[in-house]
Amino acid sequence: MISQVFILSSKGDHLIYKDFRGEAGKDAVNKFYEMVTALTGGQPPVVMKHKELHFVHIRQGGLYWVATTKADASPFTIIEFLNRLTALVKDYCGCLSEKSVQMNFALIYELLDEVVDFGYIQTTSTDILKNFIQTEAVSSKPFSLFDLSNVGLFGADTQQNKVAPSAAATRPIVSSQGEQGGKNEIFVDVIERMSVVIGANGVLMKADIEGEIRVKCYMPSCSEMRIGLNEEFSIGKSQLSGYGAAVRVDECSFHQAVRLDEFDTYRILKVCPSQGEQTVMQYQLCDDLPTAPPFRLFPSIERDSGGRYRTLFIHVPLSLRQSLFSYSAAINVSITIPVPKGSLRLSQELSSPDQSAELQPKNKAVHWEIPRFPGGAQLSALFKLEVSGLSAASLQEVGPVSLNFELPKYTSTGLQIRFLRLSPIQPGPSQRWVRYVTHSDSYTIRI
Amino acid sequence: MPYLGDEHTVRELRRALSNPNVQADHLRYRNTIHRVIRVMSQGQDVSGLYSEMVKACATVDIVQKKLVYVFLCSYASLNPELSLLVINTLRKDCSDHNPMVRSLALRNMCNLRLPGLSQYVQQPLTVGLKDKAACVRRVAVLGWAKIHSLQPNTEMDVAVVNELYGLLRDPDPVVMVNCLRALEEILQEEGGVAINKPIAHHLLNRLKLCDVWGQSEVLAVLQRYRPRGEDELFDILSLLDPALLSHHAPVMAATLRLFLSLCSTLPAVCMSALERARGPLLAAAGSTSRELRYAALCHIQLLLRSEPGLLGEHYKRFFCGYAEPPYIKQNKMQVLVELVNDDNVAMVLDELRGYCTDVNTETSQTAINAIGSIGRSYTDRCLAILTGLLGLKQEHITSAVLQTLRDLVWVCPQCGDAVCSALEGWEDNLQDSQGRGALLWLLGVYGDRVTGAPYLLEDCIDGVRSEVSAEVKTELLTATLRLFLSRPAETQDMMGRLLVYCIEEEVDMCVRDQALLYYRLLHCGIEEVRQVLQGGRRSDPSLGPLIGRPPEPISQWASIFNTLEPLTLGASTVGNSDPVTPKLSTLTPNTLTSNAEAMTPTPGDPHLPDCSSGALSLSVSPALTPEEFERLWLQLEKGACLEVCVACPVPRCSPEGLQVALQLVNIQTLAFTPPNTHPWRVYLYTHTSHISTKTPHTLILAELLHTGGEGEKEEEEEGEEEGEREEEGEKEGEGEKEGEKEEEEEGEGEKEGEEEGDKEGEEEGDGEREKEKGLLVVMRQHPGDQTALRGFLSVLTTVLHTLSTHTACTYTA
Repeated sequence: MISQVFILSSKGDHLIYKDFRGEAGKDAVNKFYEMVTALTGGQPPVVMKHKELHFVHIRQGGLYWVATTKADASPFTIIEFLNRLTALVKDYCGCLSEKSVQMNFALIYELLDEVVDFGYIQTTSTDILKNFIQTEAVSSKPFSLFDLSNVGLFGADTQQNKVAPSAAATRPIVSSQGEQGGKNEIFVDVIERMSVVIGANGVLMKADIEGEIRVKCYMPSCSEMRIGLNEEFSIGKSQLSGYGAAVRVDECSFHQAVRLDEFDTYRILKVCPSQGEQTVMQYQLCDDLPTAPPFRLFPSIERDSGGRYRTLFIHVPLSLRQSLFSYSAAINVSITIPVPKGSLRLSQELSSPDQSAELQPKNKAVHWEIPRFPGGAQLSALFKLEVSGLSAASLQEVGPVSLNFELPKYTSTGLQIRFLRLSPIQPGPSQRWVRYVTHSDSYTIRI
Repeated sequence: MPYLGDEHTVRELRRALSNPNVQADHLRYRNTIHRVIRVMSQGQDVSGLYSEMVKACATVDIVQKKLVYVFLCSYASLNPELSLLVINTLRKDCSDHNPMVRSLALRNMCNLRLPGLSQYVQQPLTVGLKDKAACVRRVAVLGWAKIHSLQPNTEMDVAVVNELYGLLRDPDPVVMVNCLRALEEILQEEGGVAINKPIAHHLLNRLKLCDVWGQSEVLAVLQRYRPRGEDELFDILSLLDPALLSHHAPVMAATLRLFLSLCSTLPAVCMSALERARGPLLAAAGSTSRELRYAALCHIQLLLRSEPGLLGEHYKRFFCGYAEPPYIKQNKMQVLVELVNDDNVAMVLDELRGYCTDVNTETSQTAINAIGSIGRSYTDRCLAILTGLLGLKQEHITSAVLQTLRDLVWVCPQCGDAVCSALEGWEDNLQDSQGRGALLWLLGVYGDRVTGAPYLLEDCIDGVRSEVSAEVKTELLTATLRLFLSRPAETQDMMGRLLVYCIEEEVDMCVRDQALLYYRLLHCGIEEVRQVLQGGRRSDPSLGPLIGRPPEPISQWASIFNTLEPLTLGASTVGNSDPVTPKLSTLTPNTLTSNAEAMTPTPGDPHLPDCSSGALSLSVSPALTPEEFERLWLQLEKGACLEVCVACPVPRCSPEGLQVALQLVNIQTLAFTPPNTHPWRVYLYTHTSHISTKTPHTLILAELLHTGGEGEKEEEEEGEEEGEREEEGEKEGEGEKEGEKEEEEEGEGEKEGEEEGDKEGEEEGDGEREKEKGLLVVMRQHPGDQTALRGFLSVLTTVLHTLSTHTACTYTA
């Protein structure tokens, strides 16, 4: 059971404070902030204890979400509850930030009141909650002309209109404007997180995919939705599926509400989505990717032969696999290359002006940012580092290189959504969006 | 606004609230109240507005009502009289036709937390229990729990309790779960809600209707239920089985915990439950929420304590992500160390090698430590990595490597050569005092094999004035003296200087005393010095510490599974600058299990004491490292100490067999001599605690010694013939020690005979023959507790007897 719940900004301002059981004083908030700021970098901050009170906290949206408890509660329950609370706040307020929490504090108090009673979690389902929540969300994003970027010249429909704007899914689920603002939209996102380790010799040492299908529903009434996956989708290692390009995952789990009666034969998930965001399916794939990893990197390192032995050349040719990406691009690619401790200055040769690279002496690393990386392209960069006290051992400090990127319109398992049907057919105009994205959870290439 | 004074804000708000124009316009009124709540949640005291807010409470606008209730509940305890006014409005709302208003009023009535008002609240609560709207019933049920917690000493009305039991059958699952919660609190003194067979089965059948939070709570309550027979148990288990695979971590964890508690007597079922839950646990360990990841990792560490092989093939899941926070990386490394086996050792070491150069110094130190612990079983590979890391010449890495090497050579003396070659030509100057301490220790011990050792020490001695750490100074004294023994000519002069400085100028008493001790020791002669310094290096060279922590029984940690404790445990070890390095199993799991199987007849043996039945309970956790054991053993020499002779032959079973047997009664074996050597010794420890009394936990260290008594000579020869592994020098040393021990033993034996006459009378009476075969048990304890010692001794002797009879049987058969 939970004694108190409070939300603090990163600077320690009190945003929300709710005491459920009257067991602990309000000074717990300040005590918590003292403790959390006193932690050193390496200490695990999730659970802290002061006298009889346990503090469990998570960080989301730059805020501390804290629950305190006196009983020996289940950590999984409390952490999941806090995660769910952040999701609810995100659903109701549109986005998670200090500002949106501040503006919607009345709504959050109301939410907390309905979600938890006397420290016991009552319900966290948006379907039930929406009957009780009366306060309207205040959207923290003012209308901006820049949001109209998708509208074509003279209002003409452009190709881009086929793509859901990225801000579309960050608005409150209950909208005050009624029909005008709250469109009948449903988003189905297939999100995959990739963690890859590639050895120094180019051999793939580890490749894990954690994926999920997330549904965000803005429809007030939606009785059933059928999501059709690839027909050749298979689970587990034993099922061999001929010659076809099978989509295979190791393990797969579904949301409680998903009905699977057509899953075995037709690979159809039936779900009645409630308003807001929920994860319908989660899956994992270990070590056996159907395709080669998207990025290859063959860095070479040389020491300057110019007699002074002070400069280090790092040549980083980076290539994105050709075949799949001729129509697509990786975005927000950032590459981190650890460099020797004594690095003083960096000069670089990059292949296009929109890229940037900088030396971060505190992290002992060079950061290379590429905003957009077209498919099939090969970019390369040459970094010239001046290192004081360069020795043979300093070379060992270079690497492993890690990449961060986002691949829209791509799933590395090959999972696709064949169709998305709503029944009964929605009366008004409804829009259904399917989005695919692959993130790099951790993509490391050894040197 | 927050920067204006409290006074000013409150005054302004009061003016706005009592303005009739504002009150007339409900939007403006609501906005003003909004502002009050905002100021309140920013942490300012606005309790002065209480009476104005009480007035604002009487409204039909639900949003305004909710806001006012938030305010009233926060400040009610400061204004108990004014709150009486609110009660009227609330009671009126309780009979509103809108169920939402009813539940709101009922909830906030209890949330005012004023014991004086409970008489007004009880009637609406009783009505609320029978309300036709589920949301009102939910609130009413918990309302009784709130009332009880306000007046915990008053007796609860039996009718209410019965009503609550009845509501367990409510069609709404949340009402059902709330009833459980309320009854748990109200009946806390009687041990919570009574779970009989119908209730348990009702709960199990309704489980699917609850949401995840309800499910985990019901599962937690069901732990108290004990099924009648195996059939019922297995029915329940098969009902719960799908929940083990739930992708909601709370449900999975609660189910697994329930499994472990239901099947505490069926280890095989527990194992397969762990295997089933492996997938969801791994998924939680890879979750997007890093806090959940951390919680899962901490629980995986618990699992590995009993089932090291469980996750062996999934070791790649514990490779660290590049952007993960340090505490998760460090946790993952601790898991990786446990998962190492012949197949994956190369990959794991390669990965760990990459973490050694992490930007975060603590992470890199943890990685180096992890390599060191793997080094206990895969020495060569790890030594190559560790010595390679020295080439990086980075302060924190070098320091961590030196500490790791020191710990490693202590356990595996065969790595001495590699360490010496790494120290050859050392020229770094370390700033970190722990690293310097480790370097000095290594130089002292291997000074004879490292050419430059005297010069390195000389540098330190020259800089001793600027040395701040007392530990480094004591380490320096010892190292210098040790080096003096092996290379006197080069060291004598500087040792003199060091001793002069430490005795005459040093202000730290410990350092000065140690210097004085060494000074006087040197007066006694070089042989004495040698004996003291090199004897301390290893108490008995033939003793190889038992590396390898055999799997713990699941019951050791089942009680803390799915509680906050594993998470705080992790915090204390990771936060420690010198992490307790987890032990590695060099004995492969196979041999261990086969031994365990061989020993399985013993639990059924009537001689074996049941450690849980008596008032005394033993436990092996927290584990002691060999180093800690030795330190404590020497420390406690003067403290609570008991020596007893036990009439029992040396158990003829293998060391591993003995270990497993003792483990069954929660006594941990730490080290022993090979089976047929004389004297034969075993070192043991255990933690005791009394179940009934409040006496504190004590730690018992014990040594079993078999000297062979009068028949020693013959047996000694026999031993020589049998095993030639004992080296000449060692045996001489042993012989001397033995002699001493023997004298001691005789002396003690007589004294003991008087002291413990009543207890050991029979055994002592047997005289000569007994001494021939007897085992000497030397026990040291901290803190002292005679009854615990006796209890421990009786457990130990019973096991030894059982073992000797058991093995005798197998021998005759």
